Amino acid sequence: MQWLSLLSLWMIPVLIAFILLYSIWKRVPSYESFVEGGKEGIKIAFSIIPYLVGMLVAITVFRASGAMDFFVNLTKPLLSAIGVPAEVVPLALIRPISGNAALGMMSDIISTHGADSYVGRLASVLQGSTDTTFYVLTVYFGAVGIKKMGDALKVGLLADLVGIAAAIIVVAWIF
Amino acid sequence: MVNYIWVGMTIIGLIFAAVNGKMKEVNEAIFHSANEAVTLCIGLISILVFWLGIMKIAQDSGLLEKMSSFFRPLVQRLFPEVPPGHPAMGYILSNMIANMFGLGNAATPLGIKAMEQLKELNGGKPVASRSMITFLAINTSSLTLIPTTVIAIRMNYGSASPTEIVGPTLFATFISAIFAIFIDRYFYYRRSRKEVK
Repeated sequence: MQWLSLLSLWMIPVLIAFILLYSIWKRVPSYESFVEGGKEGIKIAFSIIPYLVGMLVAITVFRASGAMDFFVNLTKPLLSAIGVPAEVVPLALIRPISGNAALGMMSDIISTHGADSYVGRLASVLQGSTDTTFYVLTVYFGAVGIKKMGDALKVGLLADLVGIAAAIIVVAWIF
Repeated sequence: MVNYIWVGMTIIGLIFAAVNGKMKEVNEAIFHSANEAVTLCIGLISILVFWLGIMKIAQDSGLLEKMSSFFRPLVQRLFPEVPPGHPAMGYILSNMIANMFGLGNAATPLGIKAMEQLKELNGGKPVASRSMITFLAINTSSLTLIPTTVIAIRMNYGSASPTEIVGPTLFATFISAIFAIFIDRYFYYRRSRKEVK
């Protein structure tokens, strides 16, 4: 999978160079815009602290007590039969419900197993390639007062399922 | 829903700790993990500031808008009910582009705007229209170009190559987006068959 790792390596630098050159061409005050956007980044980082503290504490209590092992062992035979590492199951389950909670689970997996482990990579791709269906649904439909969702939830959750499957297959294939 | 999961995990954990005699470990885990969560967030600041700064430049220079017009013909086919040039299309496109670049905070207001317009197109009824469901399907399959936060966390935990997951993520997200569109179409045709009968 040489081309994919090459793409991973080159995409970000090329994109940055392109954006910067384009802004010079369009005579945008690049540095000022950068600072303006950067401030937003600080705000986001601070605003996710409570989410992460809440989730990480709950997960570590769940794990340190032996409860996680109990449930993981319960589902392990079934999941390993279809090639899913049991460690990512809690992440896959919470991903459609809360992005920040999933972020907590992902960092927990990475700190336990290592960022470059198979499970660590799978958790990374899983987090990046699926979205918080329930949140998006609630916010978007809630904001404009849609009461009958039709097939939206079914379609969204099925799409998530495909995303999870795609992440597992792609990671198994590439790494 | 997340409330039940959160409380459930904590309470079940505490009960298991009592049964397994692991209170000491759990006590340590509580304070250690809270501390780790805050450290992690501080570690995220660097890359969030950098990336959102770069994206703001792209927005101010009109690059994001340019990209929207590039994708317009494709997206027009996905939303046949939306007339070309209707403001809904503009919002849908900018929302998708913002999502691609991981600008979640910028994407949400655009998405809400798109929904408002789609509701108007649907005669203001409080019922999800076909276009709305398509829009959500694409949104939740989340086409991501740069998974900023994931890269930041990998960096934080000493990954040898934090960005190596960019390619695989792009690939996986692309597959899931295509399937999301098919799933959406499948449910649409099933609905319209029912209505005919």
